Amino acid sequence: MSEQEPVTPKPAPTAGFQPQATSRTVLNMGPQHPSTHGVLRLVLELDGETIVKAEPDIGYLHTGIEKQCEDKFYQQVVPLTDRVDYLANLSNNLCYCLAVEKLLGLEIPPLAQWMRVMLTELTRISSHLVWLGTHAIDIGAMSVFLYCFREREELLRIFEMFSGQRMMTSYFRIGGLALEPPRGWHRRVKSFLDRFPDAVQEYEDLLTANPIWKIRTQGVGIVPLEELLNLGVTGPMLRAAGLAWDIRKSEPYSSYELFDFEIPTRQEGDVYARYQVRLEEMRQSARIARQALEGMPSGPWKADAPKVVLPDREKMKTEMEALIHHFKIVYEGFRVPPGEVYQVIESPRGELGYYVVSDGSARPYRVHIHGPSFGNLQATARMIEGRLIADVIAALGSMDFVLGDVDR
Amino acid sequence: MQPESLRQEPLIQALEAVLPGSVVGAARAHGELTLTVEPARIVDVCRYLQESEGFERLSDLTAVDWHPREPRFEVVYHLHSVRRNLRLRLKCRLSGEGPEIDSVTPVWSGADWYEREVFDLFGIRFRNHPNLRRILLPEDWDGHPLRKDYPVYGPKYGYKDE
Repeated sequence: MSEQEPVTPKPAPTAGFQPQATSRTVLNMGPQHPSTHGVLRLVLELDGETIVKAEPDIGYLHTGIEKQCEDKFYQQVVPLTDRVDYLANLSNNLCYCLAVEKLLGLEIPPLAQWMRVMLTELTRISSHLVWLGTHAIDIGAMSVFLYCFREREELLRIFEMFSGQRMMTSYFRIGGLALEPPRGWHRRVKSFLDRFPDAVQEYEDLLTANPIWKIRTQGVGIVPLEELLNLGVTGPMLRAAGLAWDIRKSEPYSSYELFDFEIPTRQEGDVYARYQVRLEEMRQSARIARQALEGMPSGPWKADAPKVVLPDREKMKTEMEALIHHFKIVYEGFRVPPGEVYQVIESPRGELGYYVVSDGSARPYRVHIHGPSFGNLQATARMIEGRLIADVIAALGSMDFVLGDVDR
Repeated sequence: MQPESLRQEPLIQALEAVLPGSVVGAARAHGELTLTVEPARIVDVCRYLQESEGFERLSDLTAVDWHPREPRFEVVYHLHSVRRNLRLRLKCRLSGEGPEIDSVTPVWSGADWYEREVFDLFGIRFRNHPNLRRILLPEDWDGHPLRKDYPVYGPKYGYKDE
């Protein structure tokens, strides 16, 4: 896992004093290191235990998704977006769908919008649970992982109930949802939301006042706010440094303006503050999901756009027109007016953007995915240089990156 | 040239006053403002927008290949001001022959990886970039996959020594 090679010592200074004998070690952390959460390789130059230089090496998970998008119909891109950020697949589905819907000028019915809000908030909780579990396990708190995955399992079952898939859901489609919400979803989501606040309290009991947790996380990984902005960092990392910026509030999409929630912030900007912000975000997400659950409007779950949205199965078997539309959409796709859109949403990790360019054909001319992890990971070197090697684990965990989102 | 309706846009007027001739086109669609910028002036424009107009963030940087049209490449910058809650898109058109543009890393250090990605996948060079190497693909990869003349399927494009 680690390879050590001596680096040529510094040339001796010409002045008349004895040079300090220094030797630097180059440590190769990853790409199979458990705390890199995927396949990130970090090349660390060490002086003793202090990091002199850190260089992240990415690209091990590059699958050419952006190139593949150009070869598919608009509706065929949705399953690819699941695979970008595989812990927040519904956020990616949503962002892509919103971008194409904007190009098409589609009006989405309220039920679909609210369902999207509820499910993306549940996704946020599920993503934060994975983050908390793995972050804690990195630092040495084993049991938190088991608690987190207990709740996450229930969320994955809810996603399976909706879409038939636990992780690669593709539940949001251009024009609405993929399927009608299943029978009994209300009871299932409600029972989860009833239990969840107690579960968050349990994680807090294990960690918030835990002296080991505090020593490992407080004062670690601090970068001034202006520098974070300049580096392109987004999401909970900015909020932990004191900036109350959340795209759900500043540029609301999918009727987020109708929901009542707060943006948690902290001033310290260290790993502990990021932990506190994300824990509070889980509570706020549960609050939004509950509002969506209780106020869920009725009506259609997909837009009335027969040339874009697939018809119901029954209609296909009874109406000639519906059958023709179905055939045309599946075999020829639908044409999208020329133009370009940069749609941003607040994913669990920060600002997620889809830049979609249309040339008027049935396939996107260009899809660029601006993943929040890509921007956040750039801050790595700034965050750990000059610190001890043990802090690398805490700092990396606090960034909550997903390599699928970085490499695409 | 820019449409009449956009002449009144304060951003364009301000840029026109400080850096005359830097904005060569403008458009507003889907509520998003796009300015086409003279490639040689991009760093000046970005620095002005950051310092005087409050665009403290570079949200995204990418490129589009319009092969076989000329100028072939568009480098697309998405700027964002958290304070003003404002987004802006800048575009620079580059020729297909040896595309080159100045790096905006002196303005936003976060542009570093984005420019490396564009260099890697499109083969556009960024002048004055501190570390212009491939970022997603292996160092010895042949070609630039997001160019439109690079096939999606077909014969294997792989490591040179295989």
